[in-house]
Amino acid sequence: MTLDEIKIGGMGASRRRVEDNRFIRGKGNYVDDVVLPGMLHMEILRSPVAHARIRSIDVSKAWEIPGVRLVLTGDMLATRNLAWMPTLSYDTQAVLATDKVRFQGQEVAAVIADDPYIAKDACEAIVVDYEVLPVIVNPDQARAAGAALIRDDKENQPDNKVFDWEVGDRSATDKAFAEADVVSEVELHYPRSHPSPLEPCGSIADFDRSTGKLTVYMTTQAPHIIRAAVALVAELPEHMIRIISPDLGGGFGNKVPVYPGYVVSILASILTERPVKWIEDKTGNLISTGFGRDVYLKGQMAVRKDGRILGVRMHTISDHGAFFSDAQPSKFKIGLMHSAFSCYDIPAAHLTAEGWYTNKAPGGVAYRCSFRVTEAMFFQERMVQAAADDLGMDQAEFRRINLVRDDDFPHRTPFGFLTDSGQYGKCLDVALEAIGYEQFLKDQEEARKKGRLLGVGISTMTEPLGAGNSREYDILGIKMFDSAELRVHMTGKAILRTGAKTQGQGHETTWAQIVAHELGIPADDIVVEEGDTDTAPFGMGTYASRSTPVAGAAVAMVSRKIRAKARKIAAHLLEVSEEDIEWELGRFYVRSSPDRGVSIQECAMAAYSNMPDGMEPGLENVAYYDPPNLTWPFAAYVATVEVDPETGVWDVLRMVAVDDCGVRINPMVVEGQIMGGLTEAYAMASMQFITFDAEGNCIGSNYMDYLLPTAWETPGFELHEVVTPCPHHPIGAKGIGECATVGGPAAFVNAVMNAVQHLGVRNIDMPLLPDRVHAAINTRSDISGAPPVRTDSP
Amino acid sequence: MTSLFEEVHETAVGVPVRRVTITVNGERRTADVEPRLLLAHLLRQGFKLTGTHTGCDTTNCGACTVLVNGRPAKSCTMLAVQADGREVLTVEGLASASELHPIQEGFKEEHGLQCGFCTPGMMLTAKALLEENPNPTEDEVRWALSGNLCRCTGYQNIVKAVLWAAEKMRGSAQ
Repeated sequence: MTLDEIKIGGMGASRRRVEDNRFIRGKGNYVDDVVLPGMLHMEILRSPVAHARIRSIDVSKAWEIPGVRLVLTGDMLATRNLAWMPTLSYDTQAVLATDKVRFQGQEVAAVIADDPYIAKDACEAIVVDYEVLPVIVNPDQARAAGAALIRDDKENQPDNKVFDWEVGDRSATDKAFAEADVVSEVELHYPRSHPSPLEPCGSIADFDRSTGKLTVYMTTQAPHIIRAAVALVAELPEHMIRIISPDLGGGFGNKVPVYPGYVVSILASILTERPVKWIEDKTGNLISTGFGRDVYLKGQMAVRKDGRILGVRMHTISDHGAFFSDAQPSKFKIGLMHSAFSCYDIPAAHLTAEGWYTNKAPGGVAYRCSFRVTEAMFFQERMVQAAADDLGMDQAEFRRINLVRDDDFPHRTPFGFLTDSGQYGKCLDVALEAIGYEQFLKDQEEARKKGRLLGVGISTMTEPLGAGNSREYDILGIKMFDSAELRVHMTGKAILRTGAKTQGQGHETTWAQIVAHELGIPADDIVVEEGDTDTAPFGMGTYASRSTPVAGAAVAMVSRKIRAKARKIAAHLLEVSEEDIEWELGRFYVRSSPDRGVSIQECAMAAYSNMPDGMEPGLENVAYYDPPNLTWPFAAYVATVEVDPETGVWDVLRMVAVDDCGVRINPMVVEGQIMGGLTEAYAMASMQFITFDAEGNCIGSNYMDYLLPTAWETPGFELHEVVTPCPHHPIGAKGIGECATVGGPAAFVNAVMNAVQHLGVRNIDMPLLPDRVHAAINTRSDISGAPPVRTDSP
Repeated sequence: MTSLFEEVHETAVGVPVRRVTITVNGERRTADVEPRLLLAHLLRQGFKLTGTHTGCDTTNCGACTVLVNGRPAKSCTMLAVQADGREVLTVEGLASASELHPIQEGFKEEHGLQCGFCTPGMMLTAKALLEENPNPTEDEVRWALSGNLCRCTGYQNIVKAVLWAAEKMRGSAQ
């Protein structure tokens, strides 16, 4: 009898998650839960000011506190050549400050003590004498004549510029604009935000002098990259470094970079020869670790009267904080910003980008997005709406005219990516049908007559997920591929390890489903392990929605290698030649005699007990997968809102999400990812941002100032699916984790703008706080979030 | 705490300690604590109950929520001495030896968790709600959970999980 794939927890099963069994019992194992014998505790002293020269640091009072074991400053690190470290973007970053502090929250000193309370007390006893310098909190100030030089530590750095970069075809784009009937313009600010996983960052370094082995438990999404970085920075032999990323309390890109706290805890353990635990507090996490966004976006779109888009110009001005530590592929200075407009058939495009240092926290991580694609798609969809409005064309119709058609794949995007599949028009139709678009437009008209402001916003986009291929994508020169290792035991049970690292995505559940699909081994018989560099094969980790496109593909490929060997064993057991063998889920059989067969489990037993002569024993293998291309999921998000003209408060009436992420391994998990992403989209559109006052004080250094949506504010979501399998992925899957965060914000913002545009408002910068919306309605003008510095604090 | 040997840090000398007795998950526990010790830290480091997580340190995120005498309390901003003489329920006390609490089942069944960090606090807040209101509306669930942040799920499945549990608990109560 043929196996029922859903029953064995294979592809398409909404299998309940195996990791939940420990989480719901409080038996997860997060970094702060790990306790090692003799462990000491580390606390970091941070700068209270944004830009200052350090005149002196007096640590004597800290040493006097009983229980203090070690006090470290930048000067002490400098004697070991560890005061500075390389970033993921070929810049340098201070580990502990030596000469200057360059942002509020920068790491200045560290105390290692018997318990965290003592360490905190001792940090307060350290006296630092700061000579305060002029502060720069935005690119406008950074590029002003006579601006203070932030990176005076660097040679050949005469000003505050980080980079200039460009991509696209300037002359073809100029030509397109010359032929345009209408040129539309937008100018936007995508505000600084923080991924803010609930669990902050932390590490436990454990250096064993007797063996020379360094073990580090660490909140990292990419343990193998960390191992390489530690080997290079700390000059420790790589085989003597073991990075363990245990359960992670969320990541969202925040846990990709190497942070000073990790490095200092490692040095502290080497010096004290005891395990040293560092657990950041929430304020430390919010003011010093990788932020997302903080980009000014300007651009123009050339359109013809009939609605065809002829060309696009984009210019981005990005604020990178004090150190250029963006986590992104080396080749691209502003991430994959040039993936903008990939879902539209546009002949010409040109992008220029400039990056600036400021006295703000460094980072620029991919906050739940594939390297700046969130900014790219937000600009794209705001630009598309503006052009539709300028043409006087319905926003859905304008998109339909310009979306790449189903028969037009593979399609070269305006900036040169190659997309391979999709049913863009169908997704849009499903979304419009679900929301009742035509009826809503009538309701909107009626409501307006009564003074009520209703709006509908659309966002359609495809985004590049799954870096690499390794030809184009690397981090610090390390190519972006991934891996899976499968060991099938003699009883047919198995252990699977990958180079990815789950942080809520459910790999322990879904990877087993891929194996079940490929081999017919029930998913419950497969245990999945990730995050330990001593046991997992090398991989680049989990971020940028790359796990399913890359590591997930490796899981399928390694399963196929196992199946190929099992086929030889089956031929041996069935005493026929391999060519006479057929495969059905979980079983090989003789083609001419289908009743004669052996199960995969029987093959596994034979691999250890009755293998053919000359065959290597065992049933284990490893696969490294380098994808031929990125995967290109598509999404159509449509939101309807009502704006209260009296207060500026806007409520989401409905949010419809149609996602095409190809084949869904576990629909329940996929929908969970989409709903989480939509919530972050709503958060950024409505409330979530980090800003700074003129002195560089971070407004948003705790959850009282940094607003995150609760269950009360978060709207309900209506999900629909379209499935276009990825043509090059072994199981037809595409990335999904970040689509909704990337495409969602524009749907909400477009909806609010749609509600108020007849009042003469074309743009309100995110977040659409009630006071901003209220001011826009009352002044009948746009509201910018750009400088002069806007704090939105009383 | 009961152990044959407990290392006494030099630092403890001269620091006034208070003896507290707290019933944790039905078991009487006694400890000498610094008055400033937070309840979350006593539970986690003292009693090794690491299912109570600390997320924000400022009473906002609710990952540290436990029930004190049946009511949700954020243990990261409650002193251990304030729990003296009271009953504390943590996530480790939700399930019985043989079976899960319906709220735990609901969270798994409805995919109400992803990274799992907020989950213990969410479930305990939900437990307090369902004891007071066995048949809540979706809005009542959302309001009750509004002191607990989740960054992964978007709450929709958490709400479903609580409603799932409510239905099961009502069924078994009859």
